[in-house]
Parts: sequence; structure tokens; C-alpha cells
Amino acid sequence: MEESSILIGGKAGDGINSAGMVVAHLFNRMGYRVYMYFDYPSLIKGGHNFAIVRAAREEIGAHRSQVDFILALNQDTVDFHGGMVHSSTVVLYDRSKVRAEGIGIDLPQILKEEEAPPVMGNSCIIGAFAKAAGIEWKVLEEVFARQVPKALSLNLKVARRGYETASECCRIGTLGSSPVPVISGNEAIGLGLIHGGLDAYVAYPMTPTSNILHFMAEVAETHDLLVFHPENEIAVIMMALGLGYAGKKAAVGTSGGGFCLMTEGFSLSGMSEVPVVVVLGQRAGPSTGMPTYTAQSDLHFALHAGQGEFPRLVVAPGDAEQAYTWSDLALRLSWKYQVPGVILCDKTLCEGFYSFSRLDAVIPRIDLPTKASPGPGYSRYLFSENGVSPLLFPPSPGTVIKVNGYTHDQAGITTENSEIAALMSEKRQKKGAALASEVSSLNPVVVGGDTGSDMALICWGSPIGVCREVAGSMGLRVVQPVVLSPFPKLVLQDALQGTERQIVVEENAEGQLAMLLARHGIRPHSHIRRYDGRPFAVEELEARIREALA
Amino acid sequence: MTARNLITGAQNTWCPGCGNFVIQFALKNTITALGNEGVDSDRIVLVSGIGCHAKMADYLNVNSFYSIHGRTLPVATAIKMANPELVVIVCAGDGDCYAEGLDHLVFAAKRNSDITLLVHNNRVYGLTTGQYTPTSPLGFRGRSTPSGTVEEPFNPLAIMLASGATFVARGCTRRMDLLQRTIMEGIRHPGFAFIDVLQVCASYYNLSDYYDSRVYEISDHDERDFEAACRKAREWDYNADAPIGLGTIYRAKRPTLEERLSAIRGTETDRDTTIRNVLEKRT
Repeated sequence: MEESSILIGGKAGDGINSAGMVVAHLFNRMGYRVYMYFDYPSLIKGGHNFAIVRAAREEIGAHRSQVDFILALNQDTVDFHGGMVHSSTVVLYDRSKVRAEGIGIDLPQILKEEEAPPVMGNSCIIGAFAKAAGIEWKVLEEVFARQVPKALSLNLKVARRGYETASECCRIGTLGSSPVPVISGNEAIGLGLIHGGLDAYVAYPMTPTSNILHFMAEVAETHDLLVFHPENEIAVIMMALGLGYAGKKAAVGTSGGGFCLMTEGFSLSGMSEVPVVVVLGQRAGPSTGMPTYTAQSDLHFALHAGQGEFPRLVVAPGDAEQAYTWSDLALRLSWKYQVPGVILCDKTLCEGFYSFSRLDAVIPRIDLPTKASPGPGYSRYLFSENGVSPLLFPPSPGTVIKVNGYTHDQAGITTENSEIAALMSEKRQKKGAALASEVSSLNPVVVGGDTGSDMALICWGSPIGVCREVAGSMGLRVVQPVVLSPFPKLVLQDALQGTERQIVVEENAEGQLAMLLARHGIRPHSHIRRYDGRPFAVEELEARIREALA
Repeated sequence: MTARNLITGAQNTWCPGCGNFVIQFALKNTITALGNEGVDSDRIVLVSGIGCHAKMADYLNVNSFYSIHGRTLPVATAIKMANPELVVIVCAGDGDCYAEGLDHLVFAAKRNSDITLLVHNNRVYGLTTGQYTPTSPLGFRGRSTPSGTVEEPFNPLAIMLASGATFVARGCTRRMDLLQRTIMEGIRHPGFAFIDVLQVCASYYNLSDYYDSRVYEISDHDERDFEAACRKAREWDYNADAPIGLGTIYRAKRPTLEERLSAIRGTETDRDTTIRNVLEKRT
């Protein structure tokens, strides 16, 4: 078998996410590429959580609508996911709580005999799964040693009991590839920012980007990185601007609600030309919406947030590798052109896990302009050909560095002079044009699938995973604009050259990418939209495309 | 450095008789005095909000971040975190700091970042032409409250004491020498220094005579005694008639935010090593 899907479910507090990760790493160790989708409600204990781990020979970024194994720690796992069962799906379940057909294991009995706490039930069922799937014990042992941080020997004992209790149903073969890192989209963003030169990360917790804050805080225990969690999102963005003024490259992370609070500071970044990068993790809105479910409904919010007119960078990576690359680029571009930047992601990308190949070598190098020379003649907002003024940070000898949210002159002093006001607006416009020109040389549009096909799927953000796969299987071209502001119109037109039929796939109700395309004269024929907080499974999207083409 | 003209060429637009002139001179003299003590003016950063007070950023020829309404303190805290060598002075208004940005004020006191805050407290919105602020007295008739306000003012000193501020003082633009001494004390204080500056608004709330007959310089007061500080802070409630004490009312020693942050800061600076270590753990 070259591909497997495993669903593991239980209540919040059962450790479903970490159990999913261990399953993902079993496949990783056997040479598979993996993807994990984690679905959980907004509560701490109880409810129903599940993870779908999918393993395949090639890199993937989507789940299937059917699974080969179900690992059930609660009855809901069997009851809710009946539709995902096929004729040879194997169900492993906790016999003490769950009524099902398959391999029942009395988890409480085993845990009692081994004097293990209830949370180790997932280790036991993973042991049973390994046996049922024909995975060698030594693979499980290796994975546990690397991935189980606490009480390794007891976890192994409990897993061994599960392994001995189950019987082999099939034999998942080992592939030749070596294991690669398996990281979440959030971690990819964090690592990309660090690679791009990040000095500080400031955030207030909010799903789905809280885990960037946790990740950065963990990194900062050893790495020289300032990580700060202040009183609210307004303080977050204002702190980032204070750090930027003092020369520290800062990023912030939030979701739509937090970004609402940040917009005044975001506009200040545009006017004061102090760079900041905002990681905006979309989730189902409006308002609080469904906090732990996915959406792509903040594109226009990101494109238009903040009063007044100023250039901004908006990038929407769709998988871990793009997240790493474009977080690096977003930080560097934001500093090179002294504009605010947004990394627009969503719950599916942020909290999904991906096999990750680090492609540092192919990340284009964005060099920051040389610093100005200090002295009394320094002007923070000096006019220049491309609108970008040389930077200095305090303290600089004999130099006064003034930044200002009011309309200002070149020295940074407030003015209401009409000529200067117009020139300063033009300065910002020039920066936007310079940014647009550089962006167009950075492969801002990804083309995949059958690149010769005259039918194209157009998508943005995390649906690239499912679109790429479906495009491959159905013989379609897939076109993904990664940069959405400045909009890479010419590159996109090029990417769509020779297509007669275009279908836009996005996870919102109003067709936000479609509207953006229309503004640039691109009017696709069909639209596939989803707005129930869930990402498309491969088969679901295939069916919707067939429907659209019928 | 060579002595720098501390006043920019920007045209000053404060009203004649505005209390801001007094604060500007006090600040200018303080910066000059700091220069004489070896604190280079290049190290000074002024952060202002929005309001009449904020024009200080245009008028003083020092590094400045002219921020937005209510949002001085997070900017100032971050500048200090970014580079503890900088001397960060914040000018904020009472509408700015006590209304729009009160959350940040409480947290600045809680954090004890080593910055100095001057609240230009004229107890009225000047730039928006005369509305009440959190420190206007009950019944204040402003343009949004023509029949008088229906809420008591709050006492910013009491709020700061309750929030853990380590330096709490009051000044008045009618007593410039004392104000200047208080600002210098605030800047020298290692930690968050809060100075409420009673400021005359010549156009919308001219309390010159009122302050002249009530302010006095605090003496015979133990500023290390928290209970005594609380009593002193409550002597005048910004509403009823009472003597108004000026000077430092509380001072305490506590590690600063920057000291605590530097104690837990990681040391690895090679980005590639850090990224490789993270990825290794996740393989």
C-alpha cells in the first residue's frame, strides 16, 4: 500500500493532536510524506477532537474523505465518521467505552495493570494500530524515543501491551526515503521569519496563531529573540512599531478579531514607514464565529485594513514550504520598502502538519539597502527615486530621527502644506510601485498540475494542497497567486495563458479572490466555494469540479 | 556631542498662555542638564500621542516617535526593550492616556519599564475644542456635556499606586522649577516614572487662579511609605476643593522590565543553528 489514511479521535484532553503526530512520525520513519489535519472544538476538556493523518509517497497537503484505520478513544469517533469507512477500514477502539466492530482493546485494564495515567491510552491504541498495520515494533520504539517527551519507558510499556493485544490486518510497506521534519504551518511561519532576520515577536493569544507565540517563546529560551505577550492587540502592534523604530525587525500574530484592533497601528505603519509584519491567521467569522475552524474570508480585510492609502505587502502561502519561504520574504520585503506586510494564512495551514523540506537555497535573497550616514543633515523621509528613504536608528551620533503618523515633511515634522502632502503621497506610491516590480521577479504565482491543460483551477492559500492533488489526478492546470498585494497581474495573466476555462476555488461565500481577479480584468467562468469551516477533502473537491464542468 | 539647539524650526501653534510652553521649557532644560551629566541627547527618545501635548514631538529637536491617540506607552516600552541604552520620555495627554489608552497606563506601571511619563493633564480636550476628560470635575460643562458631566473624575495617582507604579509624582505648569526637578527625578528613577502634570489650558479650561491658590510643595512626607503615599494621593480627588500637593509622593525599588527580560534572554545568535535544531527535533 503506497498511501494510508488514519483517523484518531477522542475527547479534548485525550492527547489526540500528539497521538496524531506520533502516527504521522511512524509513517515519516518508514519513508512516507505526511499531512495531518486536526479538528477540534473551542473547549479545553470533553467534546470531540480528531486528527486525520495521511501518508503517501509524494508530498501531500490534503486529507481524503475515506480512511483506512480508525483509532477510537470515544464513541463519537465511530458514530460521527461512519461516512469515512470503506470495505476494508480497520477500527481499533477502547472496548471499555466504545461499541464498534474491529479490534477492541480494554484500555483502562491495561493502564491499571501498568499503573499508567489515563492520558497514556493513546500510546496503547497506537501500539495496537502499529501491530494491525504490520508496522515493525522497532519503528514504533524509535518514533516514541524521539517524539514522546515524558515517561518514555512507561509509554513504551503501554504501547507494547496494545501491540501484543492486536492482530495484524495488513502490512504497510516501508519506502526508501529518509525521514524529513514534520512541522505545522505555524512553525514554518516562525522559522521563516527567523530565517528572514526576525529580532522580536509580539502577540496576544488567538487561535489559530497562538501556537506561533508558543513556538517563538520556546525558541527564545535558547535563541536571542525577544518574545513578548502584552495586554491586547493594540499594544501588540504599537510595540512592534516601537521595536521597528529602534531597528528591531518585529512580527506580530493574530486572527481577524485581533487584526481589527490592530488596524489603526497598521495604518500608522503605512504613514510612519516603520515596517511591521502581521501574521493574520483566518478562521470562520464574522465576529467570534467558529474560532477553531478554517476560512478564507479576510482577504479583502487584509487588502484594505487601515485608513488612508499606503502600499502594503500581502502574501498568502499555502503549505509549510511556501510558509517558510514567504515569511522570510515578507519580512525582508517589508523592511526593504518600509511598508507593513501581512502573511495571510488560515487555520488549515496554521494548525496542519506537513512533511517539510527546507529549501533555503532557492529563497531569493532580498538585500536591505545600506544605512544612511548619521549627522545633522539626516532626514528620515528623504525623497528618493523609488520613494524609499535611508534608515537610521537611535542612537545615531549627532542625528535626530523623527517618525510621525501625521502628514510630515522630509525631516518628519508635521505639516499640512498641500505641496508636501502631495509629494509624500507620491513617495508612498513610488514605494508601492518599486515593491510591485520586485515582487513580479519573485515567482509570486505558482503554476502546477498539468501545466499544458486549457482548464485551470485558480486558488490561494491552504487549498493549494487539495487543488494541486486534484489538478494532478484530473489533468488540470493549477494557478496560485501567492502575493495578493501588490497584485501580480501580468505574471498571473501569463500563468493563465492558453486556458479556456477557469475555476476559482476558495473557502468563503462571496468569492473574495474572484472579486480581486475581476478588478484586474480576469473573470473566471466557474466558482467553487465552501464556507462551513472545513477544508475540502480530495474527493469532495473532485466531485465539485465535475459538477462545475458538467 | 556639541550643544544642539533643542528647539526645531517648526512653527509653534500652541495658544498664547498654554501650559505646554512650561512643560516644553522644563523638558528642554532637563535634557540640557542631562547632557551636562554625560547623557548624550542622541540617546533621548521622545514618544508622544495625539493632542496639543503631542506637538512636543515637532518642537523638541530630539529623536521622536509621534504616535497615535492613546498609544504612547506600548511604543515607548518597546523602544526601551529594543535598546535599554535609550532614555525614553513619554508625553501624553489626559484624554490620550487616561481615556483612550488607560489600559496601557496600568500595564506600564505593572511592568515597571524604565521610562518616564509626563501626562499633560489639562482636564479638557483642547485640540478637539473643549470636551470633558477623565479628570474633569463633576458637572464640567463641555461641548459634549452642555448640561454638565454626570460622572466623577478618577484620581490618576491612586490608579498608579494601585497598579504598582514605582514612581508617582505630580507637577503643575504654574510651578515650573518644581516641575523641572520632578521630571529630572523621574528620569533618574530606575523604573516606570509617572508624573501627572496639572496643565493650564488657556482656551478651554484656564485654572491658573484655582491652582495658584491651592498647590503647595510636598514636604515632611516619607515617599517610601506606601500608606502615606496613598493618603497623600487622596488628599485631593480632582473634584472637591482641597490643597493640591506637588512633588514626588511615592518611590519604590523593583527590578525593571528590561532587567528581567535580559536575565531570561537566549544567547544563540546563529539563525541557521537554531533552525537546524528545531527541525532535528521534529524529524
